[in-house]
Parts: sequence; structure tokens; C-alpha cells
Amino acid sequence: MKIVPEITRKSITNLINQQERVDGRAMDEFREISLESGIISKAEGSARVKIGNTQIIVGAKPQLGEPFPDTPNLGVLITNSELLPMASPTFEPGPPDERSVELSRVVDRCIRESQMVDLEELCIIPGKKVWMIFLDLHILDYDGNLMDAAALATVAALKNTQIPNTQVEDNEVIMDQEEMKPLPLKEEALMCTFAKIGDELVLDPSLDEEKILSARLSIGITSSGKICAMQKGGDHPLTKEEILKAVKIAEVKTQDLMKHLE
Amino acid sequence: MIFVNDKDLVVPGEILAEDDFHPGRGTFKEENKICSSVVGLIALRNKKISVIPLQSKYIPKRGDVVIGEITDIRFSMWGLDINSPYSGLLPASEVFGKEKRELDKVFKIGDVLFLRVVDVDEVRKVKLGLKGRGLGKFKGGILIYITPTKVPRLIGKKGSMINMIKDKTNCEIVVGQNGVVWVNGDIEMERVAEKVIKMIQKQAHTSGLTDRVREMLAQLTGEELEVSKDTEAVEGEENDNDNASSEDEKDVKQENDTNSSEKDNKNIPREIFESKLNLNHKR
Amino acid sequence: MIIIITLGTNVGTKAREDGRAFDELRNLKIDAGVLERADGSAYLEFGGNKILVAIYGPKESYIRRLQRPDRAVIRCRYNMAPFSVDDRKRPGPDRRSIEISKITAEALHSSVILEKYPRSMIEVFIEVLEAEGGTRCAGITAASVAMADAGIPMRDMVVACAAGKVNGEIVLDLSEVEDKDGEADVPVAILPRTGQITLLQSDGNLSADEFEKALDLAIKGCQQISEVQKEALKNRYGV
Repeated sequence: MKIVPEITRKSITNLINQQERVDGRAMDEFREISLESGIISKAEGSARVKIGNTQIIVGAKPQLGEPFPDTPNLGVLITNSELLPMASPTFEPGPPDERSVELSRVVDRCIRESQMVDLEELCIIPGKKVWMIFLDLHILDYDGNLMDAAALATVAALKNTQIPNTQVEDNEVIMDQEEMKPLPLKEEALMCTFAKIGDELVLDPSLDEEKILSARLSIGITSSGKICAMQKGGDHPLTKEEILKAVKIAEVKTQDLMKHLE
Repeated sequence: MIFVNDKDLVVPGEILAEDDFHPGRGTFKEENKICSSVVGLIALRNKKISVIPLQSKYIPKRGDVVIGEITDIRFSMWGLDINSPYSGLLPASEVFGKEKRELDKVFKIGDVLFLRVVDVDEVRKVKLGLKGRGLGKFKGGILIYITPTKVPRLIGKKGSMINMIKDKTNCEIVVGQNGVVWVNGDIEMERVAEKVIKMIQKQAHTSGLTDRVREMLAQLTGEELEVSKDTEAVEGEENDNDNASSEDEKDVKQENDTNSSEKDNKNIPREIFESKLNLNHKR
Repeated sequence: MIIIITLGTNVGTKAREDGRAFDELRNLKIDAGVLERADGSAYLEFGGNKILVAIYGPKESYIRRLQRPDRAVIRCRYNMAPFSVDDRKRPGPDRRSIEISKITAEALHSSVILEKYPRSMIEVFIEVLEAEGGTRCAGITAASVAMADAGIPMRDMVVACAAGKVNGEIVLDLSEVEDKDGEADVPVAILPRTGQITLLQSDGNLSADEFEKALDLAIKGCQQISEVQKEALKNRYGV
């Protein structure tokens, strides 16, 4: 990551310690959010999310496959993300690096643990044939807070996903590409990410804020208000009070974010 | 034979004129045709056609003043990012003379400096120096990044534009020819200056800019808007977009020199200004 | 030799699967300057293709062995999103995308005034978000617009288009279905002012006469697309 000029670090920190932010936002305010669903016709589900200038496309593609041996009655979710070199001068081509792996794993955890997707419904022949849903997170423009944008785009893409109807005859799966049905969903969950800068927590860190944060906290909350995933990042510690404060804010803000999914 | 008018927007490869015209910057000659090489605005001076690019990277030139950031400390020099495809070097001798001292005691990684380009050699090694008025390390303030080609527009004719921003915001402003701008003053006013500079950067290619800047400044600083009386000045200002770089560059230097005249002229860099609060924004 | 083509006529015996005339392009839309972080960018929709291109540079070359003392170097990465095709594509480069990256960099090379930035590097990132035949040409067309958007000096804006043979007819701009079922595909990129060719491939069987006809048709298509490229850049600055 590029070195942040010392005066930039100081100016952002000083401002935040006075409860102000460079772009004029409140401490617990998201940047402008836009969401479009169904933008890729070749993908069975897709969505584009912009939070400020951060831009992500998520595509969902179902494929028939074998279930994991320990969960023969459940469908499979596979989340993969690519921090495309087009998105930032600091992203390099090549296999997913640790930032990319963290991003997809945390989003995956948020989706999985919220039990949003009814995996039982995705089982066709127990132990033999299930639907595997591939979620590909394509990061196009990186201007801070990939986590929340990725979670929002992923949930929107899942809500937009259609899978073919299937029938089983003589242990053979017959797929009907003409007749599609929506993916069976039970819940919704989204993420809110905070950055600790100076002595304060700010929601939805911009790139400049992200570059100087001492600690980061992402919280996934379901529509019924359960905490389904958390991830602390950054080199420095957080206090218990800070974490509980973040959870409180996230509970409110997640419900606001959910409105974008309607 | 000419196919375009002054201030027309052109794209790369467009044929601008034939035969008895001369190619200026942003153009090239192919047989008897003069073509544009960039997206930009036509500037016609007698028989010379230039295209002022709307977007470009900074290419270091000897004598330029730039704002750079320390990114590396080596045995006898600092490495600097000068917002360019070519990074800069500041030799320790530029700062200490013959004296031997530890480099990181003077400038650390992340420090931001105002420097002069002393030399650019054949392998594009950019040697920087601190000898000159007001050159040295910045303390406090914010950094704003603009397209280097828009620096002349931000300065304005004889510094008219930048002086107006300084007057209304009461901020110190230093403009590097590499498109990095340092603003230091009251935090609210730094933010006003930032907004105005961003607006100039966005609308640099449009006409009537001075009036809009004046309006915006009045609005943001909560001042009564003076009725614009000097249309002449506005006309003049519109023209400076067409100036070839030489004249504008003089303006930049002059500008930066007046900035620094309040300060001592020493070889050893000194902290320029301590401000209570600062803010910053990316490009 | 000049072949005169009347635009929008369907002189062939068999209609094309999507109802186009043999010399008709698919719908085309280009936007310049769509990304925040990149130095230059362009988004292109061409039929069912959706392509995003970002340019970084000229920048300091971090790969020393690629540095050239007298000019800048163009590096290109063509990549298909996993969800851009019917059957999910495995992420990462394959042999096809490596080849396309190479020929794209070469197709752009002669248009850029590389001497202006010795020792530097210009990076071109082409992302195919949705593919429907002809992505390499669409990628080159969008890359040129992104390059101009980045302020990189160029002699001309490279533009690309394919022609080919489908059901025995020479047709312009093959769709995905036509590419699959057709007899031949000839992608071409040109410098529109001089008509010089910077990319040429041919895949399939053509007689020499058919090839020439296809080449002429592709060049004609390029010239139409070139106008859309220029418009995209002018629109960006509100003209």
C-alpha cells in the first residue's frame, strides 16, 4: 500500500478527533449507495453496488455438483473474490492475495451463518447431486470499504438468482432450463464496517481513512437482528467498549442498508 | 487550410490543419497534415496550432518547482514520489553540504517537501534540490491533487485566480507544477479552498470560470457577492488557457515565490508553518 | 480494389440469426471516464458484450527487465469474469486470454507516442463482464478510448471489428452464435486515419477473394465504430 503523507495522516486524524470527516459526513454515515440488480444476462444472478466511488459486481452461477461428504443433504456455496488490478494501483494481477481471501471468506461467513440460503432446498439427490452456487465478487474500483459493498452486492445478487427446475427420474437429474425459479432464501444479512482513527470509530471508511486506520471492525447482522459474522482487522487493538458501541450503531445502520435491497 | 476553430475540443488522430500551419504541443505533423495527439482544446496562435490536453501526467523539467513526498531513505539520498512516472532523488549533499549526518533525523518517510527540479538526466533520473526561497518541508495543511495540465488555469493570469482564492479564504497556498497543491489555514477555509480547487480542476476547459469561482467563494465563505464589473479581466482570464506553457510556468514560480517571501531564505529546510488543524482529500 | 457496400441491405439469400443485414453492426455504446482510481477508463456495450477497460500510466516500470531506455512499454491483461459466459469460467488467465492480451498490446503499440515516456510503463486492463462474441475487438476499441481518457498521446485511436463467413456469406461483426456456427472469423484492428492494420487474425476457411471481401468489410465496420469512439470522448467533456 502506498505511504500516506504525514500531513495527510495528521489532518484526517485531527478532524476526526473533532467529530468531523474530510468529506463532511457524520461519523456514522455511509457514502452514497447505489444498487442495480440483474445487470449481467449470462449470470443467473448479478448485482452492481457502488458505495461512494467503490464499485463491485457480483455474479452468481449455479452448477450441478456433488455435496460435501459430511453434509450430503446440503447444497454448496462457493465465494470467490478478485481484487482486479484495474481497481487500484496497489492491486496486482495473480492469484488471490490475503486481502482478497479475507474479503471472500468474511462475506461467505456472513451469508452462510445467517442461513440466508436454504441449502437443504438445493439438495437434489442426497449424497449425489446438489446445486453449487458460485459467487464471484469482481472488484472494479477500490475507494475504501470493500467489505460492506461486497456483502450488499452478494445479497442483492442472491436475491436476483434464478435456478432451473429439476426433476429426478431413475436417479438421473433432468434440468429444465426454460423453467427457472428463484433461489430459496430465508433471511437477509449485511455488513457494517468501522475504522478506528485517533480515538474515534467511523462508519464506512473512505480510502484515505482506511489507509490510516489503526483498527477495523466489520459486523454482519441479519434482518432479524442477530449478529452472524464479525472480523477485526488492523494492527492495533480495540477496547470492549468500542466494540459494543460499534455493534449498537451497526444494528441500526444494517436495517437502513436493507432498504437498498427492496 | 484549417479544419478547427480556437477552443474546439479534439481527440487523438483528428486532422487539424494542412500545409501552411505549424504544429505546437499536443500535435504532430504527418506529411502535410497537422493532427492532434491528445484529447484537448485547440489553441490557435497566428499560424501555430496547439492542443491543450485535458489530462496528462507530470514530466519533470529542470527548474520546475514541485511538491514531493519522501518514500525512501537510502545511503546518501532520499527517494521521493513527485506524482509523475519518474520518481525524484534528493541527495544528502543538497541538504547537508559536505557535513555527514543521519538522513532520517532530518526528513522521514511520509514527509512532504517543496522542492526544485535541479536536473533530469538521460535515464530520467530526477535530481531535486532545496536551495531557493521557501523550499523545504511542509508542516500542517492539506494536500490536493489536480491534473498537472490544469495548474496554469488554477494560477490564472499573473496569479489572478489563485490570489482570489487566497484572499477570500485567508489560506496559504503553494502550487507545485506536478499538480500537487498545499493549502494551509483555518480548517473550514482549507475545506473551502479544496472545494474551489476541485471545481476549477473539473471545469478548467469551460468558459466563464472566474465568475463561477468568485460566486462559489462568496457562497462558501458566506460573503456578499460583488457584482462582477470587470468583464475585461474575465476575457483576459479566458485567454490564458491558450497560453503556451512558458508564460504560465513563470506565473507558477512567481506565485510560489511571493508565497515564500515571508519566510527566511535558507538552505537548510525549515518547517514552514504549524497549523492547529488540517484536513485532506485525495484527487 | 474498392468494394462498394450499400449499408443496411440484406442481399444475401439467408437472413442472419439476429435479423441484421450482412454489413450491419450490433448496437454499440461507449462511455469514457467511468472509474475513479484508474488514470483512464472506458465502458463499452456491443451487442451482448459488456467490457470495462482501465489504464494506469505512464508509470514507473516496476519490472526492470521490461524497461526500454527509449520508450514506454505497454502491458495488457485481458480477463474474463467468471460470470461473463454461460458456463462459469475458472478465474485467472488461460491460454486464450494470454494470447489475446499479447495481440491487444501489439495492436495498440503503433498508435501510442511511446517515445515521450522512456523507461515507463502503460498498463491496460480489459475486463470482460459479459461476453457475446467479438470481445477481443471490443476490448481493443474500448482500450483506445481509455488510453485517450488517460491523456496518453496517440497518433490515432485504434479501432477493431471482425468480419467472417456464416452460411456461405461474408458478414460483418459476428455474434456469439455466428462465431460458433460460422465458417470463418477475421478480427481486424486499424488506425482509421491511415487505414493501416494493427491486428489481424483469421480462424476458419476462406478463399483469397472471400478473405479480401471480409477484410474490406471489417475495415468499413471499424470506420463506423471509430465515430462512436470520438463521440464518447467528446461527451465526457460535455461537448
